Amino acid sequence: MTSFTRRGFIASASTVFAGSLVGLKASFAQSTYPSRPITLICPWGAGGGTDATARIIAQVLEQKLGQPVNVVNRTGGNGVVGHTAISTAPPDGYTIGLLTVEIAMMHWQGMTELTPRSYTPLSLMNVDAPAIQVKADSPYKNIKELADAIKAAPPGKLKASGTGQGGIWHLALVGWLQSLGLPPNHVAWVPSNGAAPGMQDLAAGGIDIVPCSLPEARPMIDAGRAKSLAILASERNPQFPNVPTLDEQMGPHKSVGVWRGIAGPKGLPADIQDKLTAALKEVYASKEYTDFMSGRGFGIKWAERAEFGQFMDESDRQMGEAMKAAGLAKT
Amino acid sequence: MNELIEAFRLVLAPDVLIAILLSSIYGLVIGSLPGLSATMATALLVPVTFYLSPIAAVASIIAASAMAIFSGDIPGCLLRIPGTPASAAYTDEAYAMTRKGQAEVALGAGLWFSALGGIAGTISLIVMAPILAELALNFSTFEYFWLAFLGLMCATLVARSSPVKAIASMLLGLLVACIGMENPGGVPRFTFGVPELLGGVEAIPVLVGVFAVSEVIRALVSPEPPPLPRRKFGSILAGQLALTRKYWRQMTRGNIVGIIIGVLPGAGADMAAWVSYAMSKRFSKEPEKFGTGHPEGLVEAGASNNASLASGWVPSLLFGIPGDTITAIAIGVLYMKGLNPGPTLFTERASSMYALYIIFILANILMIPLGIVMIRVASTVLRAPRATVLPVILVCCAVGAFATGNNLFAIVLVAIFGAIGYVMENNGYPVAAMVLGIVMGTMVEQSFVTSLIKSDGSLLPFFERPVSAILAAMTISALLWPVFIWLWKRIRHRPQEQAL
Repeated sequence: MTSFTRRGFIASASTVFAGSLVGLKASFAQSTYPSRPITLICPWGAGGGTDATARIIAQVLEQKLGQPVNVVNRTGGNGVVGHTAISTAPPDGYTIGLLTVEIAMMHWQGMTELTPRSYTPLSLMNVDAPAIQVKADSPYKNIKELADAIKAAPPGKLKASGTGQGGIWHLALVGWLQSLGLPPNHVAWVPSNGAAPGMQDLAAGGIDIVPCSLPEARPMIDAGRAKSLAILASERNPQFPNVPTLDEQMGPHKSVGVWRGIAGPKGLPADIQDKLTAALKEVYASKEYTDFMSGRGFGIKWAERAEFGQFMDESDRQMGEAMKAAGLAKT
Repeated sequence: MNELIEAFRLVLAPDVLIAILLSSIYGLVIGSLPGLSATMATALLVPVTFYLSPIAAVASIIAASAMAIFSGDIPGCLLRIPGTPASAAYTDEAYAMTRKGQAEVALGAGLWFSALGGIAGTISLIVMAPILAELALNFSTFEYFWLAFLGLMCATLVARSSPVKAIASMLLGLLVACIGMENPGGVPRFTFGVPELLGGVEAIPVLVGVFAVSEVIRALVSPEPPPLPRRKFGSILAGQLALTRKYWRQMTRGNIVGIIIGVLPGAGADMAAWVSYAMSKRFSKEPEKFGTGHPEGLVEAGASNNASLASGWVPSLLFGIPGDTITAIAIGVLYMKGLNPGPTLFTERASSMYALYIIFILANILMIPLGIVMIRVASTVLRAPRATVLPVILVCCAVGAFATGNNLFAIVLVAIFGAIGYVMENNGYPVAAMVLGIVMGTMVEQSFVTSLIKSDGSLLPFFERPVSAILAAMTISALLWPVFIWLWKRIRHRPQEQAL
């Protein structure tokens, strides 16, 4: 008791306290990521399909990581603003984002310097292949007949729509026309604000063909106004088992499709990548995620880190080819 | 019959009723804040719907959007700052009524005819959904072109200033609509290398700028106006039955126009309000009273924009084609909740459909008591000192613009358009006409260019297709009418002059 002075007690206590603080700080940096809320940037507006996907991923990711994951919509500049925000965030794992296929397209048009290589790829979450729709009462029974009709028609006679000029479905059509040995403008492209107005114009008789994903075409197909001739993918879509693949009917064809994946800014530390990818894999396998995606009719596909990087490189290459062929690329 | 009982059971579940009540209050508040539109209110609800049952999820969207469209009238009437683009057409009129000391009549008309319009729209949805959907499907880009063109011509009708200045404002709006790369060619225009401009200039920051910010600037440079005489805020619904009896023709016309415009994909409550207000003035027996605080136009436009809201669900539910920006978001929620749009929704899931109808009617009835409370609360703003109200409005503007996309650039746009709006108003150029140009510009261009692509450059289909021909005749006769009147007057007066 005699050696126990007040000053000595305070000194020793503060040493212990300081020591424990240092230890805490060190462990914060290494093993306890994430220790605060994470921001998930969505480059598209609230209420759309991409926004919904980001929100369901965030919701399940939150359970897996034990920290809130907040979706922040950074819109503007046709996706440039949000994609830039993801790439310029500090690489500490607290800001990640949802990349969409546009990142493989925008730089070809000279809209931005960003490419898929400007990010640390974490995981691919979703892929939707294009399908070819025609009016329900059109004379074409299958994709072969349509292909023959396209070849026989004079250039520009047939019209297609489903997205803006140089949009993803336009490029899918260009890719298919090229594989048929036809020039990219053999079927004239009518720009529209998305697949739904395109499908409406198809039913109204304004155009002949709509290339878009099957979930986008579903309401019109169900209403008996349109039919889907083929899906441009190597496998049938399990939700639309009656729609044959192009490969089955006309031989293999590599087509562009839409995809969404999670990535962080460049230079994300490897241990954080490990942690996030593991959690995202659990999200991908979760019932909430698969139920949500099948409910919306979205296709799911998994690829992680380097594999996702390769996937994006391949997508980038295909987009570049199609855009150059269509005369839409600037670089 | 069983399905109807089942539908009532679905709607009367406690979670659905709570969802309707809470989202109604939420919609009222969001809609009354300048810069936060009904679309925004709906978009912000989406994450919440993840946790709700399917019927509760859709109910919350229906209730919130209907309330937000009505409550956009409140700041327009009290402060001359429209809360949503759908209120912009008649903001001046409503504000003029407030200055005359008739704020309660103006707001009451907004509330009463919004609710009736919403119910009329719902009835059209119940009775005529398949017919209306067929009509919508017959609209191709050729018809949309004429429709958008007609919409643009409303600029001259709505404005109180000289038609030349109104057209100049509208053309300035069209020029602003050219910015960005959301044009048929997909080519960036007037972006000056600023990536934020690639997506174009959206209507919301412009609306907030030209109405709210310019109003604040005007207040800064002008002396405090004499305060409105202090008096009790009168009964809100008192005069409405008389108005209904007096203007039932206008109300019905507003409902019909709203229903038709709502059904057409891509044209929503904003356009319905503009067209109806212009029509009301055109066919009115006393058009000279418009703009001076005359309720006739308010009745027709208020009836119209809420009717369009309900009928906008027709193409969405039947074909998955959004009727407006609100249903575009709602379709996503329908999918998520397993209520996939399509004709099967009407046959196999009829009880869910009936439940939606009941919710529509319920929401529009609930609008009246909740709206009265909202108006009472909001009217205190008239008594608050200007020095406290204006900074709060400015903060609301910044927050509202930023919230649309978490993008600081939107706030810069608000500031720029605030300055533009102030200069324009000071020189007698109506800012509402510019907003109309921005809202309609993309549609005019898109429908014109895509039509020409489809017709291989021929103009003939613009006049050949039956519906298109009717719309073309309406547009051209409206254009030539003033010339005709002028000629007729000259011809009639000349012989008299010679006789003298």
